Amino acid sequence: MSTTWIIVALLLGFIIVFQIAKASEYVAILKGEEKTRKDSNRINAFLLLVFLIAGLFGVWYCNEKLKGKILPPETSDHGEKIDTMIWITLAITFVVFVITQILLFWFSYKYQEKEGQKAYYFPHNNKLEVIWTVIPAITLTVLVGFGLFYWFQITGEAPKDAQVIEVTGSQFKWEFRYPGKDGKLGKKYYKEINEDKSNPLGQIWSDPDNHDDVVVTQEVHIVVNKPVKFIIGSKDVIHDFGLAHFRMKMDAVPGTPTTMWFTPKYTTREMKAKYGDDFNYEISCDQMCGPGHYGMRGVIVVESQAEFKAWLAQKQPQYAIANGAQSAPANQSSSPMDSTKANNAKPTAFLNK
Amino acid sequence: MNNEQTIHVHEGAVGTHEVHGNGHDGHHHHKQSFITKYIFSQDHKTIGKQFLITGIIWAMIGAFFSVLFRLQLGFPDSSFPILETLFGHWAKGGKLDPEFYYALITMHGTILIFFVLTAGLSGTFANLLIPLQVGARDMASPFMNMLSYWFFFIASVIMMSSLFVQTGPASGGWTAYPPLSALREASDGSKIGMDLWLISMAMFIVSSLLGGLNYIATILNMRTKGMTMTRLPLTIWGLFFTAILGVLSFPVLLSGAILLLFDRNIGTSFYLSDIYVKGHIMPNEGGSPILYQHLFWFLGHPEVYIIILPAMGMVSEIMSVNSRKPIFGYMAMVGSLFAICILAFLVWAHHMFVSGMNPFLGSVFVLLTLLIAIPSAIKVFNWLTTIWRGNIRFTPAMLFAIGFVSMFISGGLTGIWLGNSTIDIHVHDTYFVIAHFHLVMGVSAFFGMFAGVYHWYPKMFGRYLNNTLGYIHFWVTLAGAYLIFWPMHYMGMAGVPRRYLDFSPWTSFNKFGDLNRMISVVTIIVFAVNLMFVFNFFYSIFKGRKVRTQNPWGANTLEWTTPINPGHGNWVGDIPEVHRWPYDYGKDGRDFIPQTEPVNPDETTH
Repeated sequence: MSTTWIIVALLLGFIIVFQIAKASEYVAILKGEEKTRKDSNRINAFLLLVFLIAGLFGVWYCNEKLKGKILPPETSDHGEKIDTMIWITLAITFVVFVITQILLFWFSYKYQEKEGQKAYYFPHNNKLEVIWTVIPAITLTVLVGFGLFYWFQITGEAPKDAQVIEVTGSQFKWEFRYPGKDGKLGKKYYKEINEDKSNPLGQIWSDPDNHDDVVVTQEVHIVVNKPVKFIIGSKDVIHDFGLAHFRMKMDAVPGTPTTMWFTPKYTTREMKAKYGDDFNYEISCDQMCGPGHYGMRGVIVVESQAEFKAWLAQKQPQYAIANGAQSAPANQSSSPMDSTKANNAKPTAFLNK
Repeated sequence: MNNEQTIHVHEGAVGTHEVHGNGHDGHHHHKQSFITKYIFSQDHKTIGKQFLITGIIWAMIGAFFSVLFRLQLGFPDSSFPILETLFGHWAKGGKLDPEFYYALITMHGTILIFFVLTAGLSGTFANLLIPLQVGARDMASPFMNMLSYWFFFIASVIMMSSLFVQTGPASGGWTAYPPLSALREASDGSKIGMDLWLISMAMFIVSSLLGGLNYIATILNMRTKGMTMTRLPLTIWGLFFTAILGVLSFPVLLSGAILLLFDRNIGTSFYLSDIYVKGHIMPNEGGSPILYQHLFWFLGHPEVYIIILPAMGMVSEIMSVNSRKPIFGYMAMVGSLFAICILAFLVWAHHMFVSGMNPFLGSVFVLLTLLIAIPSAIKVFNWLTTIWRGNIRFTPAMLFAIGFVSMFISGGLTGIWLGNSTIDIHVHDTYFVIAHFHLVMGVSAFFGMFAGVYHWYPKMFGRYLNNTLGYIHFWVTLAGAYLIFWPMHYMGMAGVPRRYLDFSPWTSFNKFGDLNRMISVVTIIVFAVNLMFVFNFFYSIFKGRKVRTQNPWGANTLEWTTPINPGHGNWVGDIPEVHRWPYDYGKDGRDFIPQTEPVNPDETTH
């Protein structure tokens, strides 16, 4: 019903505007076309000035309204670098934005056609052109310099003590695999995938490294202040393992594993206390992957070492699930966490260096 | 004043002009039927109008699609029964089906980028302006030119037909990344709709190549006497580099599309490896989806310059004419177009920073990408200096040109964010990207196109568009575009991913309900106002105010030396000879000096 009314209102509005527009042409002829042209020139010049002022106000207002809704800052070490880079770039581009927009609209207003005003014949000026070639060049060199400095740190090798977790995207879910106490992820081959036989990732059971690997879905737990390295893959189409809060993102490409690492700084509980109960470190798919793309949600739980250990301890290795409990190695389910524990004995290693 | 050009047509130039004439001398010796005049026409002006009108039809469809998905995004909890009436099972219960939503965004992108802003923009103005502004009777090959339009028409028919197949049109995004676009099981849009998309794109590429080669040949070989390359209007330079970009990059997309067709239909593995989809284990091993991304973006990036360079050229011309002042730094303008054209080929992988590409390779592309900001900055400063101390007439065309510069600044500066891989990690594939490219190439290119339509409409149809509607069109579109896209930067900073149908399952991205509603309402208003422009366009063809002077804007370029309604062949009698650059406005106390006027020995030199 309301749709019909909207359409009717639009049609009416259209007819009215058109009639006014048509009438204005006749009025122009009556008033003299040259005079009408000059009038509308003045009006439009004035509107350009109004638009400049309203626009700059709008930029400020938009910032007031929305700045509280962008993400909490600094939830990972890499996130800090990316935020710094954003601030540097914002400072430069915002200044340029304000200056050039003001000049554009101000010049338009100031140099509107006036009786007796002559345009200034000014075809070129080498000095000016050199200035505005060199200044952007220098500025951009600075930006490239900072950008690459951070880029290589972020994409560089993960620290040796990083916890390794394998991520697999598929339409439309996330699966995660933890290496067991051997610290090694077992081999897998996509043709081994068999969901009926509880082998969703195609692990090769003849590889003993696989026997203690734990597979979980949708929710992945990691340890605060400890570097984590994700090995990212996909079963079907390209997905993207997007962690907005940590400012991280990496495509999940079938057939080509990719990696990402960072160090989370705050536990989920700390963040919930600070930003409300509905805070979650969400995993979003950021590469369009089909009709369920918008619901391909996962969650990262950042917790203390002890909580993490307790959580993982209740998980059964996928090998045990797939092949029946009796065939699982005896020591497997009891303490799959030993190797991680050894790593965590070095608490100073949480920084990226 | 308006006819003084004819005085300067030189008798001595006759011999040269025979070469340019293609056998015509401006009069119609052969009888033309309706079909040869308006349908299978070989007249560049008619072909230009065909491109423009086809582009307008596509633009309405593409923009209407955006209204549909903005309804969903702005009012996720409401249902619109009218949608079910119109689209049946695609919108059961008045809510968009996810498949349909993805089909809409895919088609919105494909239609607007290729069919409107490539064919509709450079197709229109290259055809209309190249022969008129270089002083030629027609294109180098009018027949190929006609084929160029008809291949575009075939591409349009195929793309249009894909909207009506049962499983729907392609729905894998305008980039059509495999494996999503390669696997029929992965989504409905990857079924027959995707094959039609690829075939349509292949036809489109043929059209673009036929057109592009013609434009290049015409600009290089068919300039009138005295029209040296450095006397070409900047419009022509913009169109020239556009054509070069198209000719060198579209074939790469064609190869990418053909390999994808092979992967889909004859079992090759160019892009496919290790795939388990919907319970099927695919046999393909050893391919790489990243290969497609390289092939795609090798066109895809130059494509954005294919879209923006003609707009830049037209804006330069229109700004100079309406400021009554020469364009500032002509050679720098040409040089920066050239630099953009070269760099356009060297930056494609900045779309792939998070694809898993080697970070070192990424760093090279950061450097090359940010280099493009230099010629872009030069152009902006030169436009600002062009209007500085001018005597500006705010025709609708001039307003759109000013709006173009404003949009280009706003969208261009965020390019410095995205081109820097460190920042791109965070904002890649979020609303930030949507804001960036809609401002810098979507809205900007549209503003350039509108500026061109308003400015050259008198040349196309011998009538004016209604000015009042033009002003309303400009102001609403300018304010609307900023209202729609400016706040999206904030959504992007909040990490909100693009191409999401519904944010309700998310606790991080569901904070923008009010904003989304506002954006959707503004989108509908802007859409309505642009429909009004379309109405103005068609109405004025028949009922618009008639053009009564040969040179209504007081411009220097050659197209205004033709009759008000030029026939096939453009000039009655000889093609005028050119004696100077096209930007002698306000020189030596004279308002403008047409290109056809010989240089007076007393003139100041610049």
